[in-house]
Amino acid sequence: MKVLVAIKRVVDPNIKVRVKTDGTGVETANVKMAMNPFCEIAVEQAVRMKEAGTVTEIVVVSIGVPQCQETLRTALAMGADRAILVEVATEVQPLAVAKLLKALVDREQPGLVLMGKQAIDDDCNQSGQMLAGLLGWPQATFISKIEVAGDHADITREVDGGLENITVKMPAVVTADLRLNEPRYVTLPNIMKSKKKPLENIKPDALGVDVTPRLTTLKVEEPPKRGAGVKLADVAELVNKLKNEAKVI
Amino acid sequence: MAILVIAEHDNQQLKTGVANTIAAAAEIGGDISVLVAGTGCAQVAAAVAKITGVTKVLIADAPQYAESLAENIAALVVSIAKNYTHILAPATGFGKNFMPRVAALLDVAQVSDISAIVSPDTFVRPIYAGNVLSTVQSKDLIKVITVRITGFDAAGESASAAPIENVPAVADSGLSQFKGHELTKSSRPELTAARVIVSGGRGMGSGENFKLLEALADKLGAAVGASRAAVDSGFVPNDYQVGQTGKIVAPELYVAVGISGAIQHLAGMKDSKVIVAINKDAEAPIFQIANYWLVEDLFKAVPELTAAL
Ligand SMILES: Cc1cc2nc3c(=O)[nH]c(=O)nc-3n(C[C@H](O)[C@H](O)[C@H](O)COP(=O)(O)OP(=O)(O)OC[C@H]3O[C@@H](n4cnc5c(N)ncnc54)[C@H](O)[C@@H]3O)c2cc1C
Ligand SMILES: Nc1ncnc2c1ncn2[C@@H]1O[C@H](COP(=O)(O)O)[C@@H](O)[C@H]1O
Repeated sequence: MKVLVAIKRVVDPNIKVRVKTDGTGVETANVKMAMNPFCEIAVEQAVRMKEAGTVTEIVVVSIGVPQCQETLRTALAMGADRAILVEVATEVQPLAVAKLLKALVDREQPGLVLMGKQAIDDDCNQSGQMLAGLLGWPQATFISKIEVAGDHADITREVDGGLENITVKMPAVVTADLRLNEPRYVTLPNIMKSKKKPLENIKPDALGVDVTPRLTTLKVEEPPKRGAGVKLADVAELVNKLKNEAKVI
Repeated sequence: MAILVIAEHDNQQLKTGVANTIAAAAEIGGDISVLVAGTGCAQVAAAVAKITGVTKVLIADAPQYAESLAENIAALVVSIAKNYTHILAPATGFGKNFMPRVAALLDVAQVSDISAIVSPDTFVRPIYAGNVLSTVQSKDLIKVITVRITGFDAAGESASAAPIENVPAVADSGLSQFKGHELTKSSRPELTAARVIVSGGRGMGSGENFKLLEALADKLGAAVGASRAAVDSGFVPNDYQVGQTGKIVAPELYVAVGISGAIQHLAGMKDSKVIVAINKDAEAPIFQIANYWLVEDLFKAVPELTAAL
């Protein structure tokens, strides 16, 4: 089975972002970038499935600026076989991401699409569900376990009350949650090897997709800061403050 | 304007969050219909009918809606979508799962996790783990929106009940099948509904030690939450997780114990009214957002606090 994994390049999750002074967006110049953590988990899952013999080929796709090639190389170093960059200079919103991925699914005919549950920059949590909808395929979101068995997959999903078990028909779109696996570190020899793996560069036009954003960002700002708190001496003082100042107990 | 709200429930009871979503709909303004899709869910529909602001309740009662499978719910919502200008659901595991599928099938954008409404086409939503607020405008004819429930006070009950109508079910997609749940049983309040939350992090050291927090929670009538590190270490189940990728909470009182305060954790709780932090590291970032903090060993401070209440 061939799998397609969609990976997004985002601001490194350990970096505290700053709003641009003109309020039009977030400062990304000279900021450390990384593969979206959930996408890393999706790539790791694909690689493990290949190691287990369920998967024969892993194609990774990223949509965005030319620098996404670095992110794709990381995925290739983790064990993906081939990469596709859909080069777009402007912001690409989830509906357009889903449409571009659909066009690639139509071309590549994978048996499974693996994605992250959420991009940690826009926090949208949409693209996988949208792609499944456009394809008319089943979806399994927020998964912490997947076992492919012939024409279906047994899935465990993280839901608000605990876990849910479902079965989906294949092909399907699944989105990875944090506990699906722990991604491996890439090693230097694998980084060297990844440089020889094929990386194709295409434009949205070639896929016949209009990527014009549907939502307009009017402004971005920092949320109101919480007032400075106080350090207390002991538990007695805490109880007193909670009772008499904050009046919450 | 005509707004459709999708109700989250377990066929018996309405979930907390639906009344907040209805309040958000009321802020947009217009007629509010609420869709209750389920199996044997008449009592849920009756409960929805009594919420302030609801104009009409639509009930789709069929076996394929028993477990909120995304493919089936989305197809049902799409089948009635053209009657509405806005479609809203809570930004919970339920809403996040099927709403983007609805949006894609309607060829519209989704506005995820809105925390405020500026006008019927302009909304505020947190991005970058809540470190940035973005104001976005949608020109799509149908606006598909998930609502951050902590951003809106729940709508109350009204004296009169809204009428309840049946809507035809859409055939089972057959694409996915529900197999079972492993739900965490607890006698304590639900995290997203609790007035007080006591959360533990890696500093708790073990699942066994969470008993200390449970004793404190029992005194406070609180729910128990956790950081991702505590969940990943196997101290508590996944549904305890508060944060960017766990639950978003905003109780009146949040007590963070042995939690360092990573941005991904803060994303889920920094809108709490009063935050208390207990950590033995005076440099812990959690102190930057806490109203009150104690630099102490939790194994000393927590039992003392429990005893003092
Ligand atoms: C994509 C992504 C998503 C994430 N989503 C989430 C999320 O939703 N929620 C979340 O919580 N995290 C999330 N994280 C993880 C987050 O980055 C942190 O790793 C995590 O929150 C740390 O948990 P912690 O504070 O319990 O552990 P630590 O950072 O290890 O902190 C433990 C704290 O306990 C204190 N301590 C230890 N012993 C004692 C004692 N005896 N008495 C008092 N204090 C003590 C220490 O001083 C320390 O401050 C996410 C990470 C990523 C990359
Ligand atoms: N620009 C992109 N390129 C590749 N994959 C993407 C892109 N944007 C989103 N995705 C995929 O969709 C998932 C969810 O993203 P989002 O819907 O933006 O939260 C990500 O984890 C990726 O798997």
